[in-house]
Amino acid sequence: MSDVVEKTLTALPSLLSLDSQPGSAKLSSTSKLGSLIRGITELTSKHEEEKLIQRELLSIKEQVASPNTTMRQMKELMVRTIYCEMLGYEASFSYIHAIKLAQQGSVLEKRVGYLAVSLFLNESHELLLLLVNTVLKDLQSTNLIEVCMALTVVSQMFPKDMIPAILPLVEEKLNHPKEIIRRKAVLALYKFYLIAPNQVQHIHNKFRKALCDKDPGVMTASLHIYLQMIQENPEGYKDLTGSFVTILKQVVGGKLPMDFNYHSVPAPWLQIQLLRILSLLGKNDPSTSEIMYEVLDESLRRAGMNHNITYAILYECVKCIYTIHPKSDLLEKAAKCIGNFVLSPKINLKYLGLKALTYVVQQDPKLALQHQMTIIECLDHPDLIIKRETLELLFRITNAQNVTVIVEKMLEFLRISKDDHNTIDLVGKVAELAEKYAPDNEWFIETMNTVFSIGGDVMQPDIPNSFLKLLSEGFDSVEEDRKLRLFAVNSYISLLQGEPGKLPQRFLQVISWVLGEYSYLKEDLESAAVLRLLAKLLDMKNSSSETKSWVFMAMTKLCEGTAGVSVAQEVSETYSSSMDTVLRQRAQELEHLSQDSELCAKVLPRGGDREHVEVDSSLSFLDGFVSEALAAGAAPYKPPHQRQEELAQAKVLSLEPYSLSLPISMSSCSITDRQSPTLLSMSSGLSGDSTDLSHKGGSTTLKLDGVKRVWGREGYLSQKEPVEESAQVEVPSPVRSPNQQEEGDSSHSQTPTVTPTLGCEQEKQQLASSLFLGLSTQSPVCLMGKSEPAPQRFRRKAKSLNTSEQISNSLISSPSAVDNLLCNNLLDSSITSEPDLSPPERTTELTTANGTCNTETALTDSGMKGSNPALNRDNSVDATDPPSHEDMDRPKNVCLMSHLPAELCGLAHSEITPLCTNQSLSLSACHVQKEDSLVLVVFINNCSDSDIQQTRIQVDSEDLEVSCVGDSPVEELRSLSVAVCQYSLTVKRPLVNVEVVGMISYQLPVVTTQELQFSYKLPLSSFIRPLMVSTEEYGTMWLAFSNDTKQNLTLISDEQEPLAATLNVLRKKLQLHIVEIIGMEGIVACSLLQDQPCLMHCRVHAGTLAVWLRSPTPDLPDCLIYHCQRALQCH
Amino acid sequence: MMQFMLLFSRQGKLRLQKWYVPLSDKEKKKITRELVQTVLARKPKMCSFLEWRDLKIVYKRYASLYFCCAIEDQDNELITLEIIHRYVELLDKYFGSVCELDIIFNFEKAYFILDEFLLGGEAQETSKKNVLKAIEQADLLQELCAFLSPSPVMSTLMCLCTDWLPSLLLLLLLLLLSTLHAELLSAWHLFLCPEHLTLSLFGGGGQST
Repeated sequence: MSDVVEKTLTALPSLLSLDSQPGSAKLSSTSKLGSLIRGITELTSKHEEEKLIQRELLSIKEQVASPNTTMRQMKELMVRTIYCEMLGYEASFSYIHAIKLAQQGSVLEKRVGYLAVSLFLNESHELLLLLVNTVLKDLQSTNLIEVCMALTVVSQMFPKDMIPAILPLVEEKLNHPKEIIRRKAVLALYKFYLIAPNQVQHIHNKFRKALCDKDPGVMTASLHIYLQMIQENPEGYKDLTGSFVTILKQVVGGKLPMDFNYHSVPAPWLQIQLLRILSLLGKNDPSTSEIMYEVLDESLRRAGMNHNITYAILYECVKCIYTIHPKSDLLEKAAKCIGNFVLSPKINLKYLGLKALTYVVQQDPKLALQHQMTIIECLDHPDLIIKRETLELLFRITNAQNVTVIVEKMLEFLRISKDDHNTIDLVGKVAELAEKYAPDNEWFIETMNTVFSIGGDVMQPDIPNSFLKLLSEGFDSVEEDRKLRLFAVNSYISLLQGEPGKLPQRFLQVISWVLGEYSYLKEDLESAAVLRLLAKLLDMKNSSSETKSWVFMAMTKLCEGTAGVSVAQEVSETYSSSMDTVLRQRAQELEHLSQDSELCAKVLPRGGDREHVEVDSSLSFLDGFVSEALAAGAAPYKPPHQRQEELAQAKVLSLEPYSLSLPISMSSCSITDRQSPTLLSMSSGLSGDSTDLSHKGGSTTLKLDGVKRVWGREGYLSQKEPVEESAQVEVPSPVRSPNQQEEGDSSHSQTPTVTPTLGCEQEKQQLASSLFLGLSTQSPVCLMGKSEPAPQRFRRKAKSLNTSEQISNSLISSPSAVDNLLCNNLLDSSITSEPDLSPPERTTELTTANGTCNTETALTDSGMKGSNPALNRDNSVDATDPPSHEDMDRPKNVCLMSHLPAELCGLAHSEITPLCTNQSLSLSACHVQKEDSLVLVVFINNCSDSDIQQTRIQVDSEDLEVSCVGDSPVEELRSLSVAVCQYSLTVKRPLVNVEVVGMISYQLPVVTTQELQFSYKLPLSSFIRPLMVSTEEYGTMWLAFSNDTKQNLTLISDEQEPLAATLNVLRKKLQLHIVEIIGMEGIVACSLLQDQPCLMHCRVHAGTLAVWLRSPTPDLPDCLIYHCQRALQCH
Repeated sequence: MMQFMLLFSRQGKLRLQKWYVPLSDKEKKKITRELVQTVLARKPKMCSFLEWRDLKIVYKRYASLYFCCAIEDQDNELITLEIIHRYVELLDKYFGSVCELDIIFNFEKAYFILDEFLLGGEAQETSKKNVLKAIEQADLLQELCAFLSPSPVMSTLMCLCTDWLPSLLLLLLLLLLSTLHAELLSAWHLFLCPEHLTLSLFGGGGQST
C-alpha cells in the first residue's frame, strides 16, 4: 500500500507541471502535424510544397472517410486539414467531417470540431444547417465547456433562418449564474441582431436586462447591441443617455474591479464604446448633449497618462466632442488635444491628429492655421499614408485662392502613388476641385489633362463624362465658352502631335470627342490635318475598339473638303472589313456621310444644340411594334426579376393540367394604367404578370402573396397620377438645380486675409502662405455644418427658364410629338385653360390637326349620359381636364344626338366624340350596340357658311369588317347642317382595342378638293354581348373550348359578398352574363357579337379573384381579361 | 467591428487567419495576398495604420510576426493596436515567452485563445487572467483525457463535471490512483467525491483497471 502512495506522489509533480505550463509540451516532434510542418519548411520551391500538400490532403481524405478512424484521430486529422487550408489549399471534403466531429466527439474533440467549422465555413454555407442540431444539444448540456463552445460558434456564424430554433435557449442563458455564459449569450444575440434584426425584435427588454447586469463584462457586451441599435435609430434610445453617462462616470472614476484595468487604465474598451454611443446620441441634440458635457470633461482630464490606450480614449473623446452639440470650453480643450496629437513625435498619433484635424477643419478652419507648419512638414513626410492624409486635410480647406498649390501637391502625390484605390479617390477629388475653383481656362484644361493621363482607365467614368458635359453645355458667357473650347482643342492637338501612344484610352476618347466637336473653332486648322491625327490613333496597336469608335465618330463629324474626304475614305476602307461589328458600322457611316455632306450636316449639326433632346423614357414609340409582335404570338416581355421567379416556379410541382393551347397571353402585358398615351404600356405588364404567376403557383400561393403585395396592381396604381404627369414632361434633368446654385452663390463670403507668418524657413513659409490663403482668421467660426462653398467658376447654365417653358409646351404638344394621338378634346381643353390665345391661332391649330380619337368611353344608357367619371378617366384625352371637356361638349352632343337615326334611338350608345375639325367641317361619331353588330354613326357637321359639294366618306378597318348601312353617303351638305352616315361593324379577329380609320373628301365652292382624315378607336368590350346559357350547357361548352387564359384579378372587397359584387361590376360594365354563383366560385358567359362565345370561371382565392377564361376563338380570352381588369380597376 | 485578423511571418507566410465577415475563399486569398504585400513593403518607422479599400488596416510587428487587423471606418485605430498587444500578451503568458514556432505548431491553441478574447469581431473579455482561466480549464480537461486515453466512459465522465478546477484536480488524483490500485478507489471517493459523480466514477474505475 505504501509504495502505491509513493508512486502516486512521484507521479504528481510531472502532472502538475503539465498543468502549469500547458503549452510547453506541445512542441512534440512526434506528432504528424509537426512532421508535416517540418516537411514543408525543408522544401525549397512552391511547386514541391504543392505536391507535398496534395499528397497530404489525399491521405487525410482517405483516413477521414474510413469508418475505423476514431474521433481522436479525426481531431488530429482536422488540425492538419486546418493547417493545409491556411496555406491556401482547398480541403472542402473535410467540412462535413468537421461538423461530424463537433457532433459526435467528446468535449475536446468537439472543441477542435467547432474550431474547424468556424474556420472552414461562413454563415451562408449550406452545411452549416447540419450544425444546428449539435448546437442545440450542446446549449442544453450541463457541461459549461460545451455550452461555452456552442455559444462561441453561434456568435461567429449561424444560419439566419434557424435563429428561432435556438433563440429561446440563448435567451435562457442570459440568466445563467456564470458571467462567462451570460456574456457569450449576449454576444450571440448581438450576432443575431446583426444578421437578422427582426428575429430578435421582441426581446429588446432582455437587452436592457443585460445592460443592467451586475457583471461589467456582460454589460460591456450588451453595449455592442446598443451601439448598433442607436446607430440605426438614435431617437429611440435618448432615454438611456443618463444611464450611459452614469456608467461612464463610474468607469472613469475607477469604480470597476481591477480585473478590468488595462495597463492601469480602467476598462478602456468599455469607455470607448460608451463614448461612441454618446456621440451618436448627442448628435444635433442640444438637450441630450447637455447631459454629457461633464463626463466628457472628466474623461479628457483623467486620460492624462502617456500611453497608447489613453490616447485612444482621448481620440474618441475628441471625436465625440466635435460630433455632439458644441460647447465652447470643451471644444477648446479638444482642439488642444488635437494639437498634442499633431505635434506628437509618434507617427501613429500624428496620423490620427491629422485625421482629427481633417474632421474638424470644416467647422473650424482656424485650427488648420495653427498647425500649418506641421501640416507642411507632413506634406513631405516619407510615409505615403501621412502624406495622403495631409492631402485629404488640404482638400477640405481648398478655396479659390489656394487651389493651384493644393492641386499641384495632389497631382505630385498621384504621380508617385501606385495604389489604384488611392488614385481613383484622389483623381476624383482633383477633378472636383478643378471644376469648382479653377482660376483660368488654361489651368483647368491642363489640370484635367493630367487627371486624365494619371487617372487613366481606373478613374470613375463620370469624371470624363462631366468634363465633356461641362464643355458642351457651356457657361454663362459665350465668349468664355469659346475660349475654353479653343484652348482644349489647342492642347489636344499638341498632345496628339506628341506621343499619343502613351495616353490612356479614356483620355483619347475625350480628345477625339472634343476635336470632333470643336476643332472648327481653331480657324487656322485644316480639318484634314485633324483627321490625319485621328487616323493615326486608329493605327495604334493599343487603342481599344471603344476608343476607335469614338475616333470614328469624331472623324465623321470632321470630314469635309477634298483632303478630308480622301483621308476618311482611306480609313473607312480599311475598317469596313474589320472583324469588330461596331467598328465596321462606324466605318460604313463614315464612308456614307463623308460622301454626302448635306446629309452629314443634317445628322450631325455643327455645334448642335444638344440640350433639347427629348427622351421618351417609356419608349412609347415602340408600343405599336410591341402590340404587333404580341398579336403575332410573341411572348410578352418580362423583367428579369420576374423571369427568375418563374424559373423558381418551374421547380415547383404544377398541380394543374397543362392547357391545351399555348396561351398568347396578352393579359400579361395588360394595360393597368395610362402612363403613356398608347395602346400597350410595357411597365404595366409588371403588375399583370406577377398576379398571373401567383395563380399558376397553385400550391405556393402563400409565398407569392408577398410578391404580389409588393408589385401588385394596387401598389402600382397608387403612383398613377404623378407618373401620368411626369411621363408627359420629358426634359433632360439639369445636373444641379438652379436653386442650389443660387444658394451657393448668395451664401458665399470670402475675405482675403494676410496669413500670419511664423519664423521658419523661407520656402516653407511661402508654401504655407499659399496653402492657407483664404482661410480667414477673422472669419466667423461656423460650428455646425460645413463651411459655405466658394463660387464655382464653371457654373452650369441655369436651366430653369428652359425647363418651365418645356413643361408648358409639352402639355400641349408632347403627345403629338410622341405619337399621333392628339385629339381635339385636348386642344379644346388646353385652349380653355389658356384664354389669351387668340381665335385665329386657334382655328389654324385646329385645322392642322389630323384628328384621332380614342374613345374608350363607356357605353351609356340613353338616360345617363357621361355620368361615369371613372371610365372617362381612362381616356387619356379627358384626363387632362375633364370638367372643361364636358362643359364644352355637352351642348354640342345634345344637338347632335337629335340627328341619331330613329331606329337606333332605343339602343345603348356611346357618347358622341369629335373626330376631326377644320374651318368648314366637323366630324363626330358614336357607336350604338345592336344585337348582332355594332353601328358606327358618323355625324358630318358643316359649320361653314357655304355649302359643301361632293362629299365622299370612306371608312375602313384592319380588324373589323365595315359595311355601309342605309343610303349611299351624302353628296351635298348644306351650310350649318348635319349629315349622318351609319356603318355596321363586326369583328374579324379580337384585339384589345380596335380602330376604324376613315377619310372624308369634299369640295368647297371656292377651293378645290379637300381631305380630312380621322380615326375612331373602340374597345373590344363594345362588341361583347351577354350569352344566356344554363349551367349544364356551360359545362359542355367549357370542355369543348380550347383557348384559355388564367389570371388573378382584384376583388372588390368592400362589399359583403366580394365575389357577387365583383361579378356584378363586370356584368354592368362588360355585359357579361352571370350563369351561377356557388359559394366561392362563379361562372360567367358572354359572346363576341353573336357567334364567338367566351366562358369565364371565377374563384375567390387568397383575396384575389382567380379567373379562367375559355373560348373557341384565339386571343379572345386575353382581350377579355384585359377589359375585366380595366373594369375592376375603374370601379 | 473587426473584419478580420491575419498573422503572417516576415516571409509572407500566413500563420493565422480569422474572418469575422463572410467572404468567399477567393476573396480571402486575394485580400491576404494584397495585404501581406502592402504591409511587408512598409518600413519599420512608418505609421501602423493604413487605409485600404474602404477599410482601415492596423498592423504591428512583434519579432518576426506581423499582426494585422482590418476595422471599419468608425472604429478606433489605437484601441485596435491595443487589442493586438493584448493578444500577444495572452499568447506570451500561455506559451511562456511565445515565439513564432509556438504559434506554428500549436496554431489551434492560438485560435482558442483568440476566440476567448475576441468574439464575432468584438473584444469579449479583456482581462488577461479571465481569458487564460477559461483556456486552461478546457486544456486541463484535455490533459486529463490524454492521460486517461481511450476510455469512452471517461470522456462522458469529463462531460459531467461542471465544477471547475478544484474538483477536477481531485478527480485527477483519484483517477490516477484508480489506475494503480482499484481498491483504493472506493475508499477515496467516499469522502472526497461529490455526490453526482459516484456512478460514473465507479464505472470508469472499473473499466480502467
